[in-house]
Amino acid sequence: MFRQASWNEQVIFNLGRKGRRGHLLSEVEEEVKQAVGDAEALIPKNMRRKSAPDLPELSEVEVIRHFIRLSEMNYGVDSGFYPLGSCTMKYNPKINEFLTHSPKLEMLHPYQDETTVQGILEALYKLERWLAELTGMHEVCLQPAAGAHGEFLGTILMRDYFKASGEQARRTEIIVPDSAHGTNPASAAMAGFNVVVVPSDDSGCVNLGALKAAVSERTAGLMLTNPNTLGVFENNIDEIARIIHDAGGLLYYDGANLNPLLCKARPGDMGFDIVHINVHKTFSTPHGGGGPGAGPVGVSDKLAKFLPVPRIVFDGKMYRLDYERPHSIGKIRGFYGNVAVLLRAYAYILSLGVEGLTEVAEVSVLNANYLMRKLEKVKGLTLPYDGDQPRKHECVFSAKPLKSETGVAAVDIAKRLLDYGVHAPTMYFPLIVEEALMIEPTETAEKEEIDRFVDSLRMVCEEARSNPKIVTGAPHNTAVTRLDEVKASHPKTMALSWKMHQKKRQERESG
Amino acid sequence: MTSKRHPYIPNSVDSAKKEMMKAIGINNIQELYTDIPANCQLKKRLELPEHPLSEMKLKRHIETLLSRNKTCEEMPTFLGAGCWPHYVPAAVQEIVQRSELLTAYTPYQPEISQGMLQALFEYQSMICELTGMDAANCSVYDWASALGEAARMASRIKGKPEILVPCIIHPERLATLKVYAEPAGITVKQVTYDSKSGQVDLKDLEAKISEKTAAVYIENPSYLGFIETQVEEISDNAHKHNALFIVGIDPTTLGILKPPGEYGADIVVGEAQPLGNAMSFGGSMLGIFACRDDMSFLRQMPGRIIGLTTTKNGEQQGFCMALQTREQHIRREKATSNICTNEALCAVAAAVYLALLGPEGLRDLGAACMAKANYAMRLLSKVHRVQTPVFNSTHVKEFTVNFDESGLTVKDVNAKLLQRGIHGGKDVSKEFPELGQTALYCVTEIHSKADIERLAEALDGTLGW
Repeated sequence: MFRQASWNEQVIFNLGRKGRRGHLLSEVEEEVKQAVGDAEALIPKNMRRKSAPDLPELSEVEVIRHFIRLSEMNYGVDSGFYPLGSCTMKYNPKINEFLTHSPKLEMLHPYQDETTVQGILEALYKLERWLAELTGMHEVCLQPAAGAHGEFLGTILMRDYFKASGEQARRTEIIVPDSAHGTNPASAAMAGFNVVVVPSDDSGCVNLGALKAAVSERTAGLMLTNPNTLGVFENNIDEIARIIHDAGGLLYYDGANLNPLLCKARPGDMGFDIVHINVHKTFSTPHGGGGPGAGPVGVSDKLAKFLPVPRIVFDGKMYRLDYERPHSIGKIRGFYGNVAVLLRAYAYILSLGVEGLTEVAEVSVLNANYLMRKLEKVKGLTLPYDGDQPRKHECVFSAKPLKSETGVAAVDIAKRLLDYGVHAPTMYFPLIVEEALMIEPTETAEKEEIDRFVDSLRMVCEEARSNPKIVTGAPHNTAVTRLDEVKASHPKTMALSWKMHQKKRQERESG
Repeated sequence: MTSKRHPYIPNSVDSAKKEMMKAIGINNIQELYTDIPANCQLKKRLELPEHPLSEMKLKRHIETLLSRNKTCEEMPTFLGAGCWPHYVPAAVQEIVQRSELLTAYTPYQPEISQGMLQALFEYQSMICELTGMDAANCSVYDWASALGEAARMASRIKGKPEILVPCIIHPERLATLKVYAEPAGITVKQVTYDSKSGQVDLKDLEAKISEKTAAVYIENPSYLGFIETQVEEISDNAHKHNALFIVGIDPTTLGILKPPGEYGADIVVGEAQPLGNAMSFGGSMLGIFACRDDMSFLRQMPGRIIGLTTTKNGEQQGFCMALQTREQHIRREKATSNICTNEALCAVAAAVYLALLGPEGLRDLGAACMAKANYAMRLLSKVHRVQTPVFNSTHVKEFTVNFDESGLTVKDVNAKLLQRGIHGGKDVSKEFPELGQTALYCVTEIHSKADIERLAEALDGTLGW
């Protein structure tokens, strides 16, 4: 059975010894020192730092060992199967890591003269064109740092679009399905819209009757994930697009689930006006334990003029950064985007081509449906919504029968799966499925791995009957056993920094 | 015929596909796509490279492409303005390339993600030590979006609709702030500066601050590189008007500059890219977001926050995400922000970097940048027809250089410098027309005395007669 390292590693503030150094800077040249004198003495007295920050003092050896030990208490795609639904945890090719650590990228400053950065500008320009082509959109902006950042930009574009058309005061609502990712309503609200939720129908798709009832002259748009969070393709997409467009609204595509559609179908052809892409999902860039990612946004022709500045343009000879865009919304961040992430996506597309990307999509769907059909046979789990319908890249099971039978919940199954050396599926999402387990194998899982996963899940369900405590007490083989997440957020015990922890401990000790 | 097999797609091998299709009861994969309406199925050939590239060809292609770039290593480059060149120790690179960290998702299952969680907790803790604040989140996208989030947080806390920011501010940061602020009904007003010193004009601040002010924002060092010294007055004035005081910082200066927590800051934002992260053409960046320990603040903070806890049996210390009830996956449209994916791995780099430097190293870093930048100012001010700095305030690692007397534009000067293999400072003449032909120069520990002298000689050769 799987065993994760469990180092009991101290918080770094408890390590080291006064005076130790992990890195020495080059000495400032003697002539510089003589000419300037004590640099700190130049600082006005009221602005000088009086006491040094309480940072740990360690040698390079200790720093490396500390963080290597931490890394050994972490699980990534390279460690094993990571079927986290809606997150598309596919393999991250090593060559792309190697290439982005080139000094020819790392040592570029964003404000360098355009003549000195033609190579990277060409890569970004082409990546924009390729993403536009893959999504069927007119133009793509690479700047958003994450999917949610792309959503923020997308909803701001809606705002400015209606501002320009004189309808802003009226178009105050964005519609989202009840199966939507939480970011959709959060992004809509951030951009100042009211959120209207429409229910799903029996097949797990948008309920058309409810959608028709929800649209009005107040509708700014609909945010839709397709395939949706159940992994089901919204096959009424034509009708949905018609309903939204007839009402004068815009159709927004949440690209979290784009993977199964690569070179098979395009949001632009389905009538979407705005698309965001999670390159850290579909285009294989590593998620970094929470980021950095990149969330490029594609738009139809009528929205292109509102995109953030600068736009990368090519005059046949030179790539340039164009800031002269009078209708632009402005900026949603500094500079041009998470370029190091974007270059990996550029490399990924090249490494596959249309031929390989088609294979990516098809095998991601084959894997998900194979997994689903095998898992259907496991007692205790059910497949809600139309079971005859194929899924796309992921499937969602409910552990409700197992819970009724044994008391073991989805969270317990998830924790016990960790003991089997696989990452847990996404749990309790989408919200429309009780005791949900959302499973996305991606195209980079091999058949043998999927079989092992299904076996593991079957064994967990059996354990729930034969030895429920081993499941409800899981995990047992990870760096730590089940954590008290309530304590982490309780005002009395909450410690969001070492400083806060020490303060609260003192308070407790003194009574 | 054997179908195309790809190294990243294990089941692209025919035999695996066949077995799986048989298990599902289909004859070809296309049957799994029949639910997509025919008019939505792609029929045209996409304008993309058709065939896969071998790894060797891919490497050659990208390296050839990148070879057309000219880097800061190949020419002394004096650019900063929010993305700064600093040395990245090899030990930092080693850690962030550990694939257990690199290839993990957000730590939704904390028991199997303790490494990332603890590293991020340590990052948050070190940012608190640097800034003098109590709590920090584990990153936002960058400084500009951090400021946007801070303005919205201040407006929520105070229930007021205005933020005051200095006129000397990075234009991209200001533009971002406005995009974040406008939908929340927040108006951004700018406070003028003293034309000699660049310092915030306290009279103008007094004139603009009101009962509508949710927050007053300053930067230290300022966008144009000098230290804002009237921090106590500005902080007092903000608090007197029941407004928050937000301070933007460059963390590399906090080994020598007073931390904002000591002069009344309620929220600190900034850019931690220079802590162990390469510039990479401006991304990835690493937005700092920290605040005071006050539940009314913490509940309004955007982003992921890692907290210390114990196992349920109480036997072991551990880490997990805290205060998730603020976040989009639970609160949906009532969330404090929509941010989820952030810059976590860059935050780990910053934690490793700060651990390597320690308190003394951070002070050495700040002092080295300041000594070299001030040395550069002295040398450049001796160049005929060059005036530096424009403001008579103390500069840390960036400073303004004015070329008005030369009759040349910054653009002209930079073109001439580039011919000599040097990259000059950022042209700010359009951003601040009142400062004439002025550039913003940046000097850090990576610039040698020889680099600086080469710059002075090149400028002398260009403008000196």
